[in-house]
Amino acid sequence: MTDSNEKVLIKGNYAIAQAAINAGCQCYFGYPITPQTEIGEYLSAQMPKLGRGYVCAESEIAAINMVVGAVSTGVRAMTSSSSLAVALMQEALSYAASDELPVVLVNVMRAGPGLGYIYPAQGDYNQSVTGGGNGDYKIIVLAPSTVQECIDYTYRAFYLAQKYRNPVILLADGLLGQMMEPACFGKDPYPEVDVSSWALTGAKGRESRAIYSLGTDEKKQVQHIYNLFKKFEVIAENETSYEEFETEDADIILTAFGSMTRNIKAAMKVLRNKGIKAGCFRPITLSPFPYKRISELAAKGKDFAVVEMNMGQMFKDVKYAIDGKSRVGLINRPVGEWLSVEEIVEAVEKIMEKSYATSIQYS
Amino acid sequence: MQQVFSIPKSMKKGFRYTFCPGCDHGVAIRLVAELLDELNLQDKAICSTSIGCSVFLYDFLDVDCVEAPHGRACASATGVKRARPDKFVFTYQGDGDFASIGLAESMHTALRGECVSAVCINNTTYGMTGGQLGPTTIMGQVTTTSPYGRNKEYYGYPIRIAEQIALCDGTAYSARVALDTIPHINQAKQALKKAFEVQLQGLGFGFVEILSSCPTNWHMTPQEAHIRVKEEMMPVFPLGVYKDVTTEKGE
Repeated sequence: MTDSNEKVLIKGNYAIAQAAINAGCQCYFGYPITPQTEIGEYLSAQMPKLGRGYVCAESEIAAINMVVGAVSTGVRAMTSSSSLAVALMQEALSYAASDELPVVLVNVMRAGPGLGYIYPAQGDYNQSVTGGGNGDYKIIVLAPSTVQECIDYTYRAFYLAQKYRNPVILLADGLLGQMMEPACFGKDPYPEVDVSSWALTGAKGRESRAIYSLGTDEKKQVQHIYNLFKKFEVIAENETSYEEFETEDADIILTAFGSMTRNIKAAMKVLRNKGIKAGCFRPITLSPFPYKRISELAAKGKDFAVVEMNMGQMFKDVKYAIDGKSRVGLINRPVGEWLSVEEIVEAVEKIMEKSYATSIQYS
Repeated sequence: MQQVFSIPKSMKKGFRYTFCPGCDHGVAIRLVAELLDELNLQDKAICSTSIGCSVFLYDFLDVDCVEAPHGRACASATGVKRARPDKFVFTYQGDGDFASIGLAESMHTALRGECVSAVCINNTTYGMTGGQLGPTTIMGQVTTTSPYGRNKEYYGYPIRIAEQIALCDGTAYSARVALDTIPHINQAKQALKKAFEVQLQGLGFGFVEILSSCPTNWHMTPQEAHIRVKEEMMPVFPLGVYKDVTTEKGE
């Protein structure tokens, strides 16, 4: 059932956990935090049965550093957490990016800033995409919008992490984590990645290997950072992914990520029924971001409305991609109740009425 | 002719020596390397390295190494061991790394009884940054951040690491040793061997705290520094074995 094409009704958090097992995740390290705790609970029951590693870490800081240690040996490993606790992991993510280690981190977002609360939000776009750690580095960020995508993108996260030796964040949210939907696990569709050229397995029959980010040689460090960014150009070329609906004849393109995608799709239909030519655009990889495609659409004169549960974090990337070629408005509520289809429709109408001179912020 | 001295196989050849003259790190690393050779561990060893003067460890040890952020060596070592239980996994850390910023990771690794070995250099100061007050700075000690000496009002008290680690149920071996004399160096090697062996036997966490000199930051000659280890440090940090499950009776 959990590895067949049969449909099952399953909660997002459990779906991610089981998909990690299917993807060959050998070790899980985690610390409880709502709304993602079911991932750790599920794996605490399953991993010992499979003879795989499981540690109730003493903190999120410890958890992510356990992942760093585990993946350095070439096995697949992950941790999961939520917003404020992901903030604690940023140092290790910076290290892992520089060390080129395939860390997989699931962030089931909740509201911030600070402790915030457990209601849903999308306030970790910046924290995920721009990196909360020190220095110049890039993380691959995948944003699912359905429970099925939680499964599919978990498979993809493990694959991309090893393929490019780069940390990957699966950026879900409380809504997805807690929601039950029919989904099917199938088999992990990605090929195995050969890690034998770099993994630490003991220096048997080869020279010893050291994985570190210390850069005492200034010239080498400069080159190292250029190399990291060149690698990410390749990732952007190969892996940038997005979905778009009815953009061909659209005057305005509703843009959202993660589970907000669900409501812009519905809003698009209502707007179309009202005679407004609306389309939808939804980045799947928030990093690398689909700048190129948004820029192409903007060049065709299509305006945008970014709909998100934060103060306009993805908005600035869309604006950057549009680069003045068309107009863009923001429709948002920072935290709490998901923007409804009605609210989105009303806001789109207002924005169009005022020629994009305003943003619509709901309380 | 009999060769009486050689560089251990587990040490890299032609490395750049980064420690100050008279520092005990060199002796401690050599002991670790000798044991890796003697216990035949070089090709199955994975070291989780640390931040501080010990940061250059992978320049010296010819084994696989993964760098952990400051204080996280035991967490990273836990990850390595859980991923590869058949490997020999160890950390080499300073007192600031192990017992200040990383105390939670260190103690919980001991409490979980992770089968890893940890070596902690105690020189009563933060060496790499130029001699600041650390978790092991002794009462009255002058450092660059305790210019009037450590007092309880501003700084509180130092931690006795080996005793604390011995209190953890998952600890198989915990000892404190020094490197100020040849007999003490020999004892240190025996303690390190024990801390390595308990891992190999699957008994739990193996730990050795090594009292070490820091002539540069103590503003002393190497000889004076070793006298300080004996006269000022040992009364506060007594040498000894604080836990050894292989000799405990009735367990």
